Amino acid sequence: MSANSAGAGAYTGSPGATTNHQGERPTMLKVTGLQKIYNGGASAVEAVRDLTFDLGEGELVCLVGPSGCGKTTLLKCIAGLMPPTSGTVELAGQSVTAPPPGMAVVFQEYGRSLFAWMSVRANVELPLKEKRIPRGRRDELVDESLEAVGLTRFADAYPWQLSGGMQQRVAIARAIAYEPQVLLMDEPFAAVDAQTRADLEDLIRQIWQRMGVTVLFVTHDIDEAVYLGERVLVLSSSPTVVQDDITVDLPTERDQLTTRQDERFTELRARVYAQIQQAKNGTGADQDAASVAP
Amino acid sequence: MTETTAQGPPRGRPEASKGTGGRRPRGAARTGSSKPLLGAVGVMAFLGTWEAVPHTGLVSARYLPPASEVLASLARRATTPGFWTAVGDTLLGWALGLAIAFVAAVVLGFALGALPRVRAFTTSTVDFLRPIPSVALIPLAVLMYGTDIRSTLLLVVYACFWLIYIQVLYGVADVDPVAEQTARSYGLGRLARIRHVVWPTTLPYLMTGVRLAAAVALILSITAQLIIGSPGIGREIAVAQSSGAVSSVYALIVATGALGVLINIGVRALERRVLRWHTSVRGEATA
Repeated sequence: MSANSAGAGAYTGSPGATTNHQGERPTMLKVTGLQKIYNGGASAVEAVRDLTFDLGEGELVCLVGPSGCGKTTLLKCIAGLMPPTSGTVELAGQSVTAPPPGMAVVFQEYGRSLFAWMSVRANVELPLKEKRIPRGRRDELVDESLEAVGLTRFADAYPWQLSGGMQQRVAIARAIAYEPQVLLMDEPFAAVDAQTRADLEDLIRQIWQRMGVTVLFVTHDIDEAVYLGERVLVLSSSPTVVQDDITVDLPTERDQLTTRQDERFTELRARVYAQIQQAKNGTGADQDAASVAP
Repeated sequence: MTETTAQGPPRGRPEASKGTGGRRPRGAARTGSSKPLLGAVGVMAFLGTWEAVPHTGLVSARYLPPASEVLASLARRATTPGFWTAVGDTLLGWALGLAIAFVAAVVLGFALGALPRVRAFTTSTVDFLRPIPSVALIPLAVLMYGTDIRSTLLLVVYACFWLIYIQVLYGVADVDPVAEQTARSYGLGRLARIRHVVWPTTLPYLMTGVRLAAAVALILSITAQLIIGSPGIGREIAVAQSSGAVSSVYALIVATGALGVLINIGVRALERRVLRWHTSVRGEATA
């Protein structure tokens, strides 16, 4: 443990590690020194070593990293679904120890995340019922969010009657109806086809701009991260630290065709790509201390 | 975004299929064919053979009266209140036993599903008790309750409880971690998660248990009446046998068969209704 905190100190020297990006915006989500060790008796696995970053209010930040770098672990710790071994997560100044009411999560596995036994409307409405929102307001929220994702006509269908992309839009509607301060998305479009994916990316940009919600978007897709984000955090391979923090200075209005052809897009993409390659080859932040003393 | 909305209507959406010529989403798939007709022809052929065999002398009519005689006997009995009392008693034993087993199995199954340690602690005992054939308890039942309906209940409850209980344990353990995490992240408390996630996940298992138990409950209900002499069709069969009324024995056996068929139809219908969202049922709806 103590050896790790020493390693953490060494890491803070890496480029762009702390938050100098959102300046004027108040901090919405603050992750400090987050570490997660899965305790398998003698063979403890350190999934996340030491992560420190924060998101300003209304920011859209993408988190990319090589596969198996602990993105999902990190997200579960942030969502309060799993206690970190050490370090803290704060949502609007409040420490997160259990799933906070101001946070909604969209999972990659929409088919398992949506409840097959409930209609689309009931799926979206259930969290609001549990939040004890009065009926009238609840109906309003459900209608608005279904409209925002373009599924008004399918309110009474069951999720399994819809295509994959539509199901993920139901999950997104459920998240935005919940009116979260922070929206966490765990590789939400990894399981849909490329065209649907492009549509959903634009949908997320659109919802983010309209609602002003803070979004943390986890993905393994470099293009997607650059296209969506205002900022891209690159994670190292496991045990994970923040390897790079890149501001995406592309125009706010993005377009699948022109933005992706933009020279700046290509540059940013190349930079993220290089960082990930580095992370994979273990030449990023301190990889020497990879083994954990149990 | 406009592209995806143009993906067209979802397949087999409830209203959509209702709209197309009043076809109900489910029934249509199975009644549209010639299956019921073939089934009816099969029954007629069976009755015909049964009618013919005693007449040819292959089997003595003393031991196997022709179908017409048996059905006539059944029709005669069906006009007597005693017959319906016996049917009522049999169904009462069946329903009460099944209900008690159901409630006990669900309550215990959910409780132990939430307490893995207690579950591990009880597993070996359950594995020992479960294979004990219910009929082995007949002497015990007679000692405790005589020919009372409680004797029937003891046998029915014992057999049905294990069938349902094991299914509930499997069901409770099958909750999808993603569904569970989703529920937790949206602030659903323990009770809300049991109601909205664990219970619906368990339902398909539970229904399997109930379907099996419904058949077994009838068997044991009749067995108890036949052997112990508690009131019901089983006892009527025993009485008819000892008084040498062979066609009555057959008539009552046919009646128990009919009860079994009705119970099975009822449970299947319940299953389709309760699990209309589940893959086992919805295949027909989305086709």
